[in-house]
Amino acid sequence: MLPLFLFLLLAFLVPIGSMLARGIADTDVARALPRVTAELKRWDGRELPDESAYAALIADIREAREAGSLASAATRLNYDVAGFRSLLFVTGRQLPTTLTASARQTLEAIDPKWGERETWAAIRRADGPVTDFYLLAALDLRRDAERSIVGAPPEQAVFRNVLGRTLWISGMVTLICLAIGFPVAHFISRQKPATAGLLLFLVLLPFWTSLLVRTAAWVVLLLREGVLNNLFMSLGLIDAPVRMIFNRFAVYVAMVHVLLPFMVLPLYAVMKGISPTYARAASSLGAAPLTAFLRVYLPQTLPGVGAGCLMVFIQALGYYITPALVGGADDQMISYFIAFYASKTVNWGMAAALSVMLLAATLALYAVYDRMIGIDKMRLG
Amino acid sequence: MRNVMFKLGVLAAASAMAASVAARDLTVVSWGGAYQDAQRDVYFKPFMATGTKMAEESWDGGVGTLRAKIQGGNNNWDVVQVESEELLLGCEEGLYEKLDWTKLGGKDKYLPDAVNDCGVGAIVYSFILAYDGDKIKGDTPKSWADFWNTQKWPGKRALRKGPKTTLEIALLADGVAPQDVYKTLATPAGVDRAFKKLDQLKSNLVWWEKGSQPPQLLASGEVAMTDAYNGRIAAANDKDKKNFKIVWTNNLYTIDSWVIMKGTANKDDAYKYLVFVNDPNNQKNLPPKIPYGPTTKASTALIDKAVLPNLATAPENIKSAVYINDKFWLENLDKLNQRFNAWVAK
Repeated sequence: MLPLFLFLLLAFLVPIGSMLARGIADTDVARALPRVTAELKRWDGRELPDESAYAALIADIREAREAGSLASAATRLNYDVAGFRSLLFVTGRQLPTTLTASARQTLEAIDPKWGERETWAAIRRADGPVTDFYLLAALDLRRDAERSIVGAPPEQAVFRNVLGRTLWISGMVTLICLAIGFPVAHFISRQKPATAGLLLFLVLLPFWTSLLVRTAAWVVLLLREGVLNNLFMSLGLIDAPVRMIFNRFAVYVAMVHVLLPFMVLPLYAVMKGISPTYARAASSLGAAPLTAFLRVYLPQTLPGVGAGCLMVFIQALGYYITPALVGGADDQMISYFIAFYASKTVNWGMAAALSVMLLAATLALYAVYDRMIGIDKMRLG
Repeated sequence: MRNVMFKLGVLAAASAMAASVAARDLTVVSWGGAYQDAQRDVYFKPFMATGTKMAEESWDGGVGTLRAKIQGGNNNWDVVQVESEELLLGCEEGLYEKLDWTKLGGKDKYLPDAVNDCGVGAIVYSFILAYDGDKIKGDTPKSWADFWNTQKWPGKRALRKGPKTTLEIALLADGVAPQDVYKTLATPAGVDRAFKKLDQLKSNLVWWEKGSQPPQLLASGEVAMTDAYNGRIAAANDKDKKNFKIVWTNNLYTIDSWVIMKGTANKDDAYKYLVFVNDPNNQKNLPPKIPYGPTTKASTALIDKAVLPNLATAPENIKSAVYINDKFWLENLDKLNQRFNAWVAK
């Protein structure tokens, strides 16, 4: 028991936890500008801060330039207010060695932005050591100068939409998998053991190929001058190539293809255990075939349906490579944006906050499932 | 036997220590791959033949790498080729030596955009409009405005995913003069105007993310026109025998630069190297190997006439070009990325 726990702790909980912690950690600015962040803790955000905050900022910028820590603070503040990066660097360059006027006049002479509340509010929002900046941003929310939560402007709002889309695509993929997987599993469960073994082997065959290769194969099939379009054209079914890739259709096709075995297997396992005598008994008692199916057979398959749907849905939530390769720009799911922030813009706070959203959505669904159907009733065979 | 091994080990360690104490040769760092192969033939080997020893390395970019070298205190790179964004960031942070332009032949020797406090331009390359000459014949597209004309030239369009370059192209297509592009984009109304222009094309747009994709999208007929790096299109024509055409009107160009790392012990050799690679007679040899434009004004006249039309620096090509303003993007990329993502998701 202990080795397993240690393994889980080291290989799973610690790395994931430390990544998620970046979604609330906010230490760059306080480290580079310690005096001014301390000063601003006393500031109510209604008027401009007083002279001591301005003086603290000048001392901080001078020191941070020497220490080389200004860059990380500038990056963090630029996430919040466009232009903050050069505001800090230009200010650092132009600060006179001895002040001839008040700190406030000096700074405002370098850039009038130092006379705006929003500039100071951005520093205060980043004073750390923990922040809700990224988590709020992941929900299209922000804090204004007075620290109350407001919605992001509509042209900056993106993540609620993305989260909704992620849930929608996952739900559709699950339904399509169920619609295809149910008859397949039912059919296989009625075959002789030898035939059933062969059919199951065929269901499992795709697992022997990597996900990337299977997705790339769909690209070749679905392109404008790809296999399917050429085939349909030569058969005379269509006159001009049909657009089948870089849209939602391609995402559904490729994801269903990849995830279908996860629906078929638990369904098959459950259906295999349902004795045909129940349905026969129902018929002999006068039930029509449809009634027998709906009232006797279907309820017995529900544990398998639940298990299959949950497995497909939760895996679909985290899909990244398939929509990225065959989807269009408005088919990208939340994982795409996690990758976007993690590797492209190197904004790990945002990547972590979006991961928290994804994890929270998954756990919430799990809880709903447990409440409605009960995890203990889920059967994988 | 073990004893012999031990002695060998001590010997190896001692010689390694001796080597690290001895002065290091000039180390030049570039982008690797086919590009660095070309540089080796044209710059590195001939430079060593002049009597200065040098070593070469390659890197994948990222100002963090350079920051770590300088702040870590054991920097072993002297001259590095950087992209314009790294030039700007690193210069701001003091990672590079300020250049002494008198040693490099004066600022007038170079294209104006190739001159920076901390860096001297190495190559010039462009985002251009490309289409397949085998598929679009006769009346061909001539400008970004034509890129938007899906009536006359049906078919999808591809652009690089993200606001950088896309918003500039939208404004150029909307009739903004090249010199006013960033002035317009700096205003909220200008950004709105760019997105409004993109709205017109949205249902016909496909997005690419890697430089290798545009030639593939053209070759597979998936799109009728795309923006692309000019070098990739030239390479597809050259290696895969394609007939892709480039429209140079209002192309967006950028410059990679050489920088000298702060506090290097090989400063004199570094300048010797920079003088060598900025000799027009040496620069003229690079484009025949790889279609990147040189940065000295005099080299254009010396370049093989067959290669010149493929270069971003050819007089015809640079005439109406827009220099990608990295300063603008450094400030605004975070917000415009967000806005772009929101727009795409709508």
